Amino acid sequence: MRSYLLNRAWQSLVTLVLATVVVFLGVRALPGDPALALAGEDRTPEALAAIRERYGLDQPLPLQFWHFVSNAAHGDLGTSVRTGQSVNDMLRTALPVTLELSLLAIAIAVVLGVGAGVVAAVRRGRPAEWVANAFALLGLSVPHFWLGLIAILYLSVATGLFPASGFVPLGEDPVSNLHHVILPALILGTGLSAVIMRQTRSSMLDSLSTDYVRTAEAKGLRPSVVVRRHALRNSLIVVVTIVGLQLGGLISGAVVTEQIFGLPGFGKMTIDAVFQRDYPVIQAVVLVTATAYIVINFAVDLLYSIIDPRVRVTGEAS
Amino acid sequence: MSVDTALPPAASPADPDPTSAPRPEASQGSRVLRRLRRNPLALVSFAVLAVAIVVAVLAPWIAPYAPEQTDFANTLAPPGTAGHVLGTDDLGRDVLSRIILGSRASLEVAALAVFTALVIGVPLGLVAGYFRAADAVISRLTDLLLAFPFLILAVGFAAIRGASLGNAAVAIGIAQIPGVIRVVRSDALRLKGLDFVAAAVVDGASDLWVLRRHILPNATSVVLVQATVAIPAAILGEAVLSFLGLGIQPPSPSLGTMLANAQQFAARAPWAAVLPGVAIMVLALAFNVFGDSLRDALDPKASRR
Repeated sequence: MRSYLLNRAWQSLVTLVLATVVVFLGVRALPGDPALALAGEDRTPEALAAIRERYGLDQPLPLQFWHFVSNAAHGDLGTSVRTGQSVNDMLRTALPVTLELSLLAIAIAVVLGVGAGVVAAVRRGRPAEWVANAFALLGLSVPHFWLGLIAILYLSVATGLFPASGFVPLGEDPVSNLHHVILPALILGTGLSAVIMRQTRSSMLDSLSTDYVRTAEAKGLRPSVVVRRHALRNSLIVVVTIVGLQLGGLISGAVVTEQIFGLPGFGKMTIDAVFQRDYPVIQAVVLVTATAYIVINFAVDLLYSIIDPRVRVTGEAS
Repeated sequence: MSVDTALPPAASPADPDPTSAPRPEASQGSRVLRRLRRNPLALVSFAVLAVAIVVAVLAPWIAPYAPEQTDFANTLAPPGTAGHVLGTDDLGRDVLSRIILGSRASLEVAALAVFTALVIGVPLGLVAGYFRAADAVISRLTDLLLAFPFLILAVGFAAIRGASLGNAAVAIGIAQIPGVIRVVRSDALRLKGLDFVAAAVVDGASDLWVLRRHILPNATSVVLVQATVAIPAAILGEAVLSFLGLGIQPPSPSLGTMLANAQQFAARAPWAAVLPGVAIMVLALAFNVFGDSLRDALDPKASRR
């Protein structure tokens, strides 16, 4: 157990260091003088010199890297060259929006995906399985941002059931907040649910053919109890992993969804930064995403090794 | 590792080389084809794909109008208008022509992205599965790539190199490398344990020879299935990037930019917002259904489970 955890922690650390190097070199790979890009509109020689000094661009690369890492480690992610706002402040307002959207979407995806996956496995060869499979195939093939556009067109603009865009913080007015977030979360969640459904189905089919399920059936337990207590409980381990692996897809999906529904979250901040050529913000956004991905997947692996002791023995979460 | 031509000579019909891989391709290939032909879903999806690819290749000759051609007398014309079967957009551009050219661009990006992913992913996967020492290094690389979700990668690419069709394709392709490495690696691990590979090694075949002549040909079906999963994902990825302005740039036709443009007048011309999305969905669905059928045909046991 201990050596497995140490090994995973070491691997995560190596990945994190590599990711930091990639982000650092990425900004240095900007065409032309990075100072020009960082300066924005003000391109007088004095301003450029000041920028070079402030960002340490006149120093050797290894020293620059050291400053980059030590600043990031101290929680200083730099300052937007467009608004002069610190990236930390921007994240403080943007991240809660994205976090709320993502958690709601994951909840919807797990309920829909696990439900449909169980139905497809239990009702093998019947119309219900066919419907659940079709739902999953459609979910993998529909462009979800387009689904969002259609939802806005027919559910918001035409009927006024939901607000078409905008956001109200959770602390200000929880009801209005949910009203703004529920439609985007549904769109984002259904996309994720297709993947979860397929994995739950195949993992349930595996569980249903095991000896312990046959034993449970043989001793006369009701089928619903066998499915819930024996087969599903063991299949849920897979769901935990899938949610971890789908995190990248979730982040990408959240960026698009926020853009369509005008939610002022992490995704909108990212896209705005690209179009305003706000390099310090882009650098911070990429670094924060990579770090979040690595840390959350490490947490998922820990969780996994707690739920399923076999992982600790073989040392691989397969 | 020596140059592969220096080691075991290719099997000649007169002197069958006992170490050469069993050649199941011919018989397996015809079996797979037979199973595909019996599956109606496979036939329908294949027909849709065949039509889509022919239309994409011949797009400039098939499309009734040039995709950028404006017609200010006929702006926001609904579908069924004389001369514009699927209507026009805010500049009077023919929606059908733009969908045809846009689908061509989608397939172009998807092909380019998946090609990138396979060219880099397959060799890395083979090496990771075959050499234990390389596995740890390649695993870290996979983890590193996974840490940058495709959209964030595309954001970085757009910031550094500018937004374009090629950069979108490369960003999508890089994001697909880990998936390719994973499936190829596990198949290489499986094949490495089989008798015919062991026989080749005992016979003195070099690692490169074994990888190229024994493991790679037998891993083809896995690569094929992974490609059918990756193509629809790349089509959706291109649509998202172009929609956000990080991919194909207007006025070049792309299904994603069409949707972004239609956002502004969707209430007055819903067809301009609905039809390009339907086109993306049909393309992606056809690939996904065909991919599923192919997987079932290659490995009937896995699906019957």
